[in-house]
Amino acid sequence: MATAVAVPWGRLVPGPRQEAARNVDAACVRRWLEEVAARLAAERDFLTQLDAAIGDADHGVNMHRGFTAVMQRVADLQEPTPGRLLKVAGRTFVSTVGGAAGPLYGTAFLQAGEALGDHPSFGPRLLGDALRASLEGVQRVGAASVGDKTMVDALTPALGAYELELRMGGSLETAASGAREAAASGMRATIPLQARKGRASYLGPRSVGHQDPGATSTALMFAALEQAVLADRSQRFAAGARRPVSGP
Amino acid sequence: MSVGLVIVSHSAKVAEGVVEMAGQMAGGVRIQAAGGTDDGGIGTDPTLIAEAIAAADEGDGVLVLVDLGSAVLSARVAIEELVGEEARDRVWIAEAPVVEGAVVAAIQASTGSSLEEVADAARGAATMAKVTTPEE
Repeated sequence: MATAVAVPWGRLVPGPRQEAARNVDAACVRRWLEEVAARLAAERDFLTQLDAAIGDADHGVNMHRGFTAVMQRVADLQEPTPGRLLKVAGRTFVSTVGGAAGPLYGTAFLQAGEALGDHPSFGPRLLGDALRASLEGVQRVGAASVGDKTMVDALTPALGAYELELRMGGSLETAASGAREAAASGMRATIPLQARKGRASYLGPRSVGHQDPGATSTALMFAALEQAVLADRSQRFAAGARRPVSGP
Repeated sequence: MSVGLVIVSHSAKVAEGVVEMAGQMAGGVRIQAAGGTDDGGIGTDPTLIAEAIAAADEGDGVLVLVDLGSAVLSARVAIEELVGEEARDRVWIAEAPVVEGAVVAAIQASTGSSLEEVADAARGAATMAKVTTPEE
């Protein structure tokens, strides 16, 4: 079933998919997950504080617990594909996080993993498809739109910026940087909003003036993605790889 | 055979209590509880919900009654990701209050009604008058 998604830039112009430039692999995805886990551990109390203001004060704890379980599960995987890593992460999240974050982030990871298929590595365009599949999954499950004061407020502009950057000829790194920046401003833009979804919506106007915890954890994930991608590049250069990380 | 019901609540006790109540009103209907998280906490768990759906499904469909918030999200994930593809289309989430909806749906299901009829009955429970006198 096609789901309409409000992304200002629309889809990338479809064309013959070139998978020649393969530059995100399982090691890079693992680094991303590790980076997310480390940041969640560091930001756990901050996320919980944000959630205490308008939610049930468990977002930091839930995210941290879920990602701790994810890291344990993916550590046991022998030579997984990037898609499998993300699918296992999604299933683990769904089964370990009881609040709304479990089904929402679980779906995001599952859908991204599904979009990546069995490719052992992939280029920036397929990563864009995976991000789009995540957003569509989150909106299908959560039925939230931009402006509802949810994680969608960070995820949607991040995807838009990522796709725009690629269309303008940018690389994986510049697209990831653009996504990180857009997610962060989407996150800050939730402060004046009145929540229309989730527990915060029961507060009505009292939800105004607080930054949304879900948008904050989403922005954290994009910051981690940028860092994983940049670390990947520096490792490649250190290893003497000549091919630049760019292309489709 | 009849439509089965699954009761999803953040609290296992609430879910079990609603099952007990609705079961009292309607014999012969499969009603399953899926409340709380798998470690006994407050919350909802798509895996538990999917197991309850499988246990409630006789082939005529399953109506899932949810309390609020993540119960809806977890039920959607259970149906989309965990329920077998062949059964997916006959599992619906009710637009209904969990207690009243479950009782009304159970009674409707016990008459051998279709999933659509049971879902309609549950939806009607949302506007059931309790203390206002019906207008003449």
